[in-house]
Amino acid sequence: MKLYFKYLLILFKSQMQYRTSFWLLSFGQFFIPFTVFAGLYFLFERFGQIKGWDFFEVALCFAVIHMAFATSECFARGYDAFSGLVVNGEFDRVLVRPRSTVVQVLGSKFEFTRFGRILQSVMVLCWALMNLSIEWSVVKAITLCLMIISGVLIFTGIYIVAATMCFWTIQGIEVINIFTDGGREIAQYPLNIYQKWITKFFTYVIPFGTVNYLPLMYILGRTEGNDILHMLTPLIGSLFILPCLLVWHFGVRHYRSTGS
Amino acid sequence: MIKLEGISKSYKIARRASGLRQAAKALFYREHTIIPALNDISFSIEPGEIVGYIGPNGAGKSTTIKVMSGILVPDSGNCTIMGFNPWRDRVQYVKNIGVVFGQRSQLWWDVPVIDSFLLLRDIYKVPQKEYENNLELLVGALELQDILNSPVRQLSLGQRMRCEIAASLLHNPKILFLDEPTIGLDAVSKIAVRQFIKKINQERGVTVILTTHDMSDIEALAERVILIGKGKLLYDGKLKELRSRFGTEKTITVDYHENNYPFQIPDTTLLSWSPVRAVISVDTEVVLTSKVITQLSSKVDLIDVAIESRPIEEIIVQLYKEYQI
Repeated sequence: MKLYFKYLLILFKSQMQYRTSFWLLSFGQFFIPFTVFAGLYFLFERFGQIKGWDFFEVALCFAVIHMAFATSECFARGYDAFSGLVVNGEFDRVLVRPRSTVVQVLGSKFEFTRFGRILQSVMVLCWALMNLSIEWSVVKAITLCLMIISGVLIFTGIYIVAATMCFWTIQGIEVINIFTDGGREIAQYPLNIYQKWITKFFTYVIPFGTVNYLPLMYILGRTEGNDILHMLTPLIGSLFILPCLLVWHFGVRHYRSTGS
Repeated sequence: MIKLEGISKSYKIARRASGLRQAAKALFYREHTIIPALNDISFSIEPGEIVGYIGPNGAGKSTTIKVMSGILVPDSGNCTIMGFNPWRDRVQYVKNIGVVFGQRSQLWWDVPVIDSFLLLRDIYKVPQKEYENNLELLVGALELQDILNSPVRQLSLGQRMRCEIAASLLHNPKILFLDEPTIGLDAVSKIAVRQFIKKINQERGVTVILTTHDMSDIEALAERVILIGKGKLLYDGKLKELRSRFGTEKTITVDYHENNYPFQIPDTTLLSWSPVRAVISVDTEVVLTSKVITQLSSKVDLIDVAIESRPIEEIIVQLYKEYQI
């Protein structure tokens, strides 16, 4: 962990060599989800509510998933951009260093510019929370934090699986974006508005539902049945990363390197 | 210290014909060919040796280095280095080795060299005291004082290579793998790098395995060479023996007073002739050089005679030809 921060420090120093580009990119990253959010806003402006969910409830849902996404893009960018490491053979270097490959790949890249994006979702989150009448308790606050943290872990897990594919395909596969970008787009609305099979897929296969829809019901006081179970779903969802790491370690052994 | 037994490795390569249509077809269907990169390679290396690992492009040099440094897992065969299996005990093993890839950097591109060194210290968990001592030694020996604080991207290739070598030695490795360390360097940097490699080998007893296409590197550094071609081990032994086996031919260049008649001396080959100079190739196993010169002096009025052994480069070219690689 300490080593990871050392990596961050050196990457930050590198990034600061290109300050103008940093500010421009951060600025751009701030506005990309902004347009999506504006779309959400106008949708509710027109229709008022969707399947019994009102605007601020959905905004909360939106903010949580976007914050998780932006944070994971920030910290797990090394995995997201992993095909680059394989294509130019940099992964060789990772393997000749006496540290875990996971830490080294995470530390190979860090998107500081995504802070713009995180900032935007924090703003949406605050706005939504201010306008929702929620009876707050410590447990609910913890649940909200867990939702975001588990969300980061799930996105990271998907990146890791996608990166592992690079060991066989060398080049990155865009197919996986269905699950990252697509998953984000879908999970920014409460999952019960969709077809049954979509809800099931994003609850049991890629468990976005467990960091968003299910605990959200608890926070908003809409649960039927067991509160604790709803509260703990983010923790269960975060287990998603474990099989991803297993797949990764399997993939490393199949690394073929590139000629030099 | 290093022991390879029957290492084989093959790559699966997607094959497709040229042309847009074929490229489009390859999106959906690909033919694969299996290319053997290493075929039953075995050798062992003792502590403190410098071994030159040579072979033409695509012979499998880099693949061998990658297997030995734990990057690639071979299809079959055993490899034990300092009691470790490089790919299974990767984390424990790589603490003991340093690797320099001539064509790839291990330094962080946009930050001063010293920052990369500090991060490497943390990656390898080098104790502060040891790090300081090593740094001082390396900075002195490789003359890095003036470039330690410049970003890597501003360094010349020669400066960068010196930093790369320093970076791979910060943690006191027992074995140093150098994959084409002098590629693209000018004569001065080349000599500096060679001298340094020699020095750490003698002073610290570091075992060095280097691949190169520059035979003068081998001549300056390695007593032992291993030659591979098409993934097969072809020669493993002393450089001197290689010379005496294949380098028995000598070239004699003679200058003489103008003589308009070309001459022929038995058992030799006339490589070039002009009225004032001739170049003759002699196989010393067939005829003695002194005899050739005696005969020469009886035919022409000699001014100067120069005798040269064949450069090692030519020997290697001949070897490649003989083994058809």
